[in-house]
Amino acid sequence: MSENQHTTHITPLWIYFAVGGALLVLTAVTVGVSFIDFTSIFGVSSMNFAVAMIIATIKATLVALFFMHLYSDSKFYSLTLLSGIACLMIFIVITLLDTNFRGKIYEIEGQPIEPAAKIYQSENVSDQ
Amino acid sequence: MSSSFHVAHHFSDAEQQRESAKLGMWVFLLTEILLFGGVFVAYAVFRVWYPDMFYNAHKALDVTMGTVNTAVLIVSSLTVALGIREIQLGRQKQCTRYLLATIVLACVFLVIKYFEYAHKIHLGQLPGKFYTFDGIAGTNPHVFFSIYFLLTGIHAFHILIGISLLTWVMIKNMKGHFSAQYFTPVEITGLYWHLVDLIWIFLFPLLYLIG
Amino acid sequence: MNANPSTVSYLEDKKGIWNWLTTVDHKKIGLMYLVLILGSFLVGGILAMLVRLELISPGEDFYSADTYNRFFTMHGVVMIFLFIIPSIPAALGNFVLPLMVGAKDVAFPRLNLASWYVYVVGLLLAFWALLYGGVDTGWTFYTPYSSEIQGPVAMIGLAVFILGFSSILTGLNFIVTIHKLRLPGITWFNMPLFLWGMYATAIIQILATPVIGITMVLLLFERLSGIGIFDPSMGGDPVLFQHFFWFYSHPAVYIMILPAMAIVSELISTFSHKKIFGYKAIAYSSVAIALISFLVWGHHMFTSGQSRFAAMVFSFLTFGVAIPSAIKVFNWLATLYKGSISLETPMLYGLSFLFLFTIGGLTGLFLGTLAVDVHLHDTYFVVAHFHYVMFGGTVVAFIGGLHYWWPKMVGKMFNETWGKIGAVLVFLGFNFTFMPQFIAGFRGMPRRYYTYGEEFTVYNVLSSLGAFLLGIAFVIVGINLVMSLINGKKASKNPWKSLSLEWETQTPPITENFEVDPVITHGPYDYDKVEVQ
Repeated sequence: MSENQHTTHITPLWIYFAVGGALLVLTAVTVGVSFIDFTSIFGVSSMNFAVAMIIATIKATLVALFFMHLYSDSKFYSLTLLSGIACLMIFIVITLLDTNFRGKIYEIEGQPIEPAAKIYQSENVSDQ
Repeated sequence: MSSSFHVAHHFSDAEQQRESAKLGMWVFLLTEILLFGGVFVAYAVFRVWYPDMFYNAHKALDVTMGTVNTAVLIVSSLTVALGIREIQLGRQKQCTRYLLATIVLACVFLVIKYFEYAHKIHLGQLPGKFYTFDGIAGTNPHVFFSIYFLLTGIHAFHILIGISLLTWVMIKNMKGHFSAQYFTPVEITGLYWHLVDLIWIFLFPLLYLIG
Repeated sequence: MNANPSTVSYLEDKKGIWNWLTTVDHKKIGLMYLVLILGSFLVGGILAMLVRLELISPGEDFYSADTYNRFFTMHGVVMIFLFIIPSIPAALGNFVLPLMVGAKDVAFPRLNLASWYVYVVGLLLAFWALLYGGVDTGWTFYTPYSSEIQGPVAMIGLAVFILGFSSILTGLNFIVTIHKLRLPGITWFNMPLFLWGMYATAIIQILATPVIGITMVLLLFERLSGIGIFDPSMGGDPVLFQHFFWFYSHPAVYIMILPAMAIVSELISTFSHKKIFGYKAIAYSSVAIALISFLVWGHHMFTSGQSRFAAMVFSFLTFGVAIPSAIKVFNWLATLYKGSISLETPMLYGLSFLFLFTIGGLTGLFLGTLAVDVHLHDTYFVVAHFHYVMFGGTVVAFIGGLHYWWPKMVGKMFNETWGKIGAVLVFLGFNFTFMPQFIAGFRGMPRRYYTYGEEFTVYNVLSSLGAFLLGIAFVIVGINLVMSLINGKKASKNPWKSLSLEWETQTPPITENFEVDPVITHGPYDYDKVEVQ
């Protein structure tokens, strides 16, 4: 009994070569684009990083969809991959929420004491 | 022609066996994503803290070599995908050729990596406390190289694992174990190889092309 | 499908130590895990006794502060990585899961055996490090202390990495088994809730464990080659280590509790002889706990120096993770209501769980509240909280599940009277040990100290005496189980009258589990529809 009667989908040859070609072109684009200073063109910081990541994501999607057969396989494999990426994104983003906002406590410490607060009413409390 | 194809006693049919193997490999790939992910987190934290140093330090990397390596891995992904297609069509010899091509390209990648590393070692651009190079402006340039060597080193280790798996699968194919009816190990090895390629697709711009 | 299955029990089939060491039978692998896991529990327990011994009076009593630090560190390492995390999945899950789905084995039996060997390597490394004197960093290995001191940190780090791999392989096997090997009549929403719990646990094992792996790798590189990622003098960040560590270790506590909750669902339903209340709520809650657990790791780091913004975010999200746990507790209580409750030994553990886990869970809310945690962090309040959930929760459920499935696993019944005595003594000993610690904690006694101020003496004496009682209780439990192997009554097929599929096999099961593929005619909780033979 053939193992693959129901499920094997054989990807046409041209799709493999088209995707391979697209990946090589996009690699060249990534390199070329890294020499353009998007940050000064758009006036938004880290634009170069964003552009590089968008191109990398497109390349990764092509590899996952066509080379790894996600487009013809059960949707569950795509869900598996996406959940792993989501978990990683959570790790990166929330950690950056810490490291980006360090040192922000100094503003709070620097605020003046509320003189109307009860603890400062007593004569025995010395001034800060 | 001997085939290693038989349905294990605990599976109800061959399709269940194949689907289970594929799901198992995808779940394993998740663990690899999270493993590398840890070092990506370290990258993100330090790049945000030392953006100028990262920009300066990345110039020490050879963009040409990196681009060639990227192209090499992309083509190796293509060859392994084509190899799987060949065995799906029952063409064992062609499959072996494509698997061999993949292995050769993987070795080319490692050779280029060797030259990159050798150059850095020569210049003293090493991780952490071994860093002795002088020409990079910015705070703590050794941090960049710590991250660089960690990311590319762990990646290269996975390339070695991939080469071993591909070789094993290629040899089994040459012995006639696989056919259009049964090629699951080739398929899941291919998945593993594509992940190694995927990780490099992100590593390349993050390390070599800091704009 | 079954070509001549052997009709002898799996224990009689293929004897001899070589057959056990090369087996791919999930039942034998489960037993092999059980032996090592219980051995690790014994070692961890002895270390606990040594810790409590020193704390019986203030000042240096029996050994130096440095030795004390090593004892509590190794107690944590052994209990967490060698005992609790593998306990329910590897020892009980391996045995029961394929039976519950009607399969002959897990999806990858050889990988299952490999995971056991990986566990053995990790165990040997950890014990070797223990013989070297262990480390005194605390089981949390915070840098820069752990990256700089002399001692077998690298060995233990490597052991943790390897044990993590074993955990990943077990989780991988379970996910594929539950997805692919269920019998046609067993759908997602009529499979036992034990499987939902194991599935949710496996998700966490797959996604979180690699991160402790990379953390240990980074720590190793930090020690061996000074890469400087965690070293502030080299531009690194020690709090970053804590992020890495807790990104795994917080979801890890749900790897510990979800299987325990999974067992409790089975115990409460079986021994109330009643359909479980709110099946879908419990099922979805299990997955919800798994998912939300990834968002809250920073609540272990409120006083570490992380940004206040991150601390507030983590505190807010921490309240979220309590909700699905509470939903489960309410559903179990509703199951008990108007049930026909019988108080056999496993049920006593199940009821203990409800009481002890609720206390542990509620005290977690105090700790999750940022403003309160600033006072409670690193005090005995934390120690009491996590022992209530890990010990009063997971270990109690594990022992309950062990008693529950014991007849099926070994074919013998333990002595019910001594079983009950053991359960009651565990409950009493546990509360004597850890309830005073809550009070000592919020009155300010710090954790991980070999001595304490005079004002904490009464709590510590109570706690240490409770610990010794707890030790005696476990000796009784252990002897009872061992005696059952020697002269226990032969167990019937379904001594607890449960409707779950694993009870329809022989006792103990044959190697192939079922002589023919079972036909599913009812769900595992249909006590209102089906009369149990």
